Amino acid sequence: MIPAEFDYVKAGSVDEAVAALVAGGEDSKVLGGGQSLLPVLRLRLNSPSVLVDVSGIDELRQVTDEGSSILVGAGVTTHEVMHHALVTAHVPLLSQAAGLVADPAIRHLGTFGGSCTHADPSGDMPSVAAALDAEFVVAGPGGRRTVAASDFFVDFFTTAVGLDEVLVAVRLPKMDGWGSHYEKFHRTAQAWAIVGVAAAVKVEGGAITGAKVALTNMGPTPVRATSVEAALVGGPATVEAIAGASGSAADGTSPTTDTHADAEFRQHLARVLTARAVTKAAGL
Amino acid sequence: MTHISVTVDGLHRHGDVEPRLLLVHWLREDLGLVGTPVGCDTSNCGACTVLVDGRSVKSCSVLAVQVDGKTVTTIQGLAEEDGEWHPVQKAFKECHGLQCGFCTPGMVMASVDLLSENPDPTEEEIRNGLEGNLCRCTGYHNIVKAVATAAAEMKGASS
Repeated sequence: MIPAEFDYVKAGSVDEAVAALVAGGEDSKVLGGGQSLLPVLRLRLNSPSVLVDVSGIDELRQVTDEGSSILVGAGVTTHEVMHHALVTAHVPLLSQAAGLVADPAIRHLGTFGGSCTHADPSGDMPSVAAALDAEFVVAGPGGRRTVAASDFFVDFFTTAVGLDEVLVAVRLPKMDGWGSHYEKFHRTAQAWAIVGVAAAVKVEGGAITGAKVALTNMGPTPVRATSVEAALVGGPATVEAIAGASGSAADGTSPTTDTHADAEFRQHLARVLTARAVTKAAGL
Repeated sequence: MTHISVTVDGLHRHGDVEPRLLLVHWLREDLGLVGTPVGCDTSNCGACTVLVDGRSVKSCSVLAVQVDGKTVTTIQGLAEEDGEWHPVQKAFKECHGLQCGFCTPGMVMASVDLLSENPDPTEEEIRNGLEGNLCRCTGYHNIVKAVATAAAEMKGASS
């Protein structure tokens, strides 16, 4: 199908993008790689009056070493995230999970930042950001602000980014010394996650001393499996202990039922996939 | 209307387009490059795959204005100037990597992209690399064989 008509603005800077969004009013929308937006426009699920293209903004295309963290520009593509030396070295969870997003052609245009702001509950990138306590740098008419991942994902397809704001970059702590794994259960190769689990653990002297676990598609936003994290930390890094701790992965979740899986099966998957993800993250 | 200027299959092409015009429609309807088909029109099947600055994209999921200033290669720009086919095209023919042929332009372009990044892929890497391209005829076996054959051919030619 053909999208409804819209005006197109190519922004040369973040300030230009914000100005265009302000001028465009509430029906304006940011265009990054367009790999989530274009299908929406084609199906006419949304028909914004103005698209502000941010793909040409240099600042959004950078990956920067900040010492204890790396800053990934919102316009860095999923494919670039998979292969960028700073990401593979310091946040391998992100590069590994990025390789499971959609398919190569989509990854060449789709962006990590765009996937986060799209905030599809079945998207893989938001869970990685949530697991790693990422920070989101957002620019608006009043300047820039930083939003914690726990405040960023608000609801189905809804984030803290305002209608006149642009996501500039995502700050991820370096995970040196941690093991990590993203486990995705999906129906076909390029399909969305029915359930996914992002896990990072720190193992010292045979014991787990740090654990971060976030679940994909177990609620309207990424869910941190805090009870699993608490049960893991201080325990031994063994398959049995991890299996035991993973038993509470679905506690307190209210996943949706759809044609691919009902809520009960999703909760089963959350427990099983958490055990797999943490086990692999621990190198077992 | 927005003016765009794009190198398509080695030729400088430009024109005024509606911002909502999809790249595949610009290629087919404005430039007459009907070698790139519209398959599913939902980003799933990959039949419309072309290269933008050397990387595969699904041209039904890209606006024409998004490729302004870039280089686009379609299946029609893959052969040498003298008409000599690209090794991937030859391998698809030799290995019978197609039946009805509808997915073939996209399969070939995705394979060219795959081999540019990984010149010596394993069977698993080929299958993963083509996960965004659907074929309803072949069962993929001969497509995978064609990509492996092309890889060997291209490796031999470059050494």
